[in-house]
Amino acid sequence: MKREHKTAQRLDNRQKAAVISVVVLVGFALGFAAAHLLAGYIAYWDIVSGPFLLSLRVTFAAAIIAGTTGIASGYVLAKGRFPGRDLLETVGSLPIILPPTVVGYYLLEVLSPGTRPGGFLTRVTGHVFVYNASGCTIAAAVAAYPFCMRAARTAIEGVDPLLEQAARAMGLPNWRVALQVTLPLARRGIAAGLTIGSARALGEYGATLMVGGDINGKTRTLSLAVLDSFTTPERDTILLILVLMAIIAMTGVGLLGRSRA
Amino acid sequence: MTPALELAVARQIGEFELDVAFTVESGVSVLFGPSGAGKSLTLALIAGLMRPDAGTIAINGHVVTDCSRGTYVTTQKRRIGMVFQDGLLLPHRSALDNVALAVRQASGRRARRALARAWLERVGAEGFADRRPGSLSGGQRQRVALARGLAGDPALVLLDEPLSALDSAVRRELRSLIRGVIVSSGVPAVLVTHDPEEAEELGDVIIAYNHGRVTGRRVVERPECPEPPPGGPESTGPV
Repeated sequence: MKREHKTAQRLDNRQKAAVISVVVLVGFALGFAAAHLLAGYIAYWDIVSGPFLLSLRVTFAAAIIAGTTGIASGYVLAKGRFPGRDLLETVGSLPIILPPTVVGYYLLEVLSPGTRPGGFLTRVTGHVFVYNASGCTIAAAVAAYPFCMRAARTAIEGVDPLLEQAARAMGLPNWRVALQVTLPLARRGIAAGLTIGSARALGEYGATLMVGGDINGKTRTLSLAVLDSFTTPERDTILLILVLMAIIAMTGVGLLGRSRA
Repeated sequence: MTPALELAVARQIGEFELDVAFTVESGVSVLFGPSGAGKSLTLALIAGLMRPDAGTIAINGHVVTDCSRGTYVTTQKRRIGMVFQDGLLLPHRSALDNVALAVRQASGRRARRALARAWLERVGAEGFADRRPGSLSGGQRQRVALARGLAGDPALVLLDEPLSALDSAVRRELRSLIRGVIVSSGVPAVLVTHDPEEAEELGDVIIAYNHGRVTGRRVVERPECPEPPPGGPESTGPV
């Protein structure tokens, strides 16, 4: 145990990335291999591929949206001196507190072409944001946003202000201080928020169901597909895949956690 | 000749009241006094890290703070270099990057890094240019901090107790380095210390502080001209 811990401590960032990549690949390989052995029993790829690829797209886009807006607003909340900062953070954190279906309801009110704001949005952009992948992405981004924003605020507040002062004394303009000093020094906290936010986006269910509609082949993400699959005869195989992937994922996370200790 | 610094400021912080006025010419001016006398606060006001309640500050004849007219030039535009007590090097950057980031006068990454490397050589820090501050000793960090403070071609360099966190042997070694590099660069400097020996050895002028007031000013007698400039980049001089 001790030796394992010491080995993990010696891993540098590249090695960590390599280990995680290998663990993820092995996890997927084992999961799919297990399912492949049961290929006669289950047409696993047909069931999994569509939702899996959609989930990847949705999570990736949602992570970019939530990450960008979360870091920017976290920075403003950490550095800004204006009344109502805490109130703004509370409002931004509502997706954590509210039931996902309530968040979905609000999103439908804002995005649906049948409502006044949604109709306006549809006319201005020429695009409908419900019952398609855009709706799923928005729902996932809204779910991920508070994690990114709160983590970014905490991490940025934790950066030593004297280092920022030193950077200003070096002549760096404020935007360079933010990009070259503050954000790099807060990167671990920001990365943690982005990781949790992405995981939340990947697992988003309630709001996605309401805004996306669980349309097979169009808006059925992995988390929606899991529930759908549990109502079919293939549930045992699906369960096996999920358990295998969970074990592999936990091993990876555990290894990563130790190497950071 | 325009003074490098003209200052007359007042600032109240709780019970403490700072009210000082002095000018700084070329060479090293030392603000000397006990802890809590307002020396570091004065540096923060000169650097623009804090604003005075009243008064004016001019660097090389350019007014950077004038409370009566609402003039306040940001820290970035004052063309100052700063050396802090514990270096305050950016921990996620190498020593070379720390210095290169402060280079204002060269455009292009390669030119900035070349100039930064020359400054590191000048302070005897070329051997650890690629190391991060966390792996450097206190003395090494202060060498890099000194290079960083001067690399940006500042009009004035401010040193806030740059040696107080070091042990006595390293202090003695760095004193002559600091004085030599600053004098040879031709950049006027204001240095804060509470160590009388350090004040004598480093300063051309000693400005005595106590309880937020200037209590005296003395020119340090030096038998000879400053030591010849060590090799390295030529300063382009103050603006």
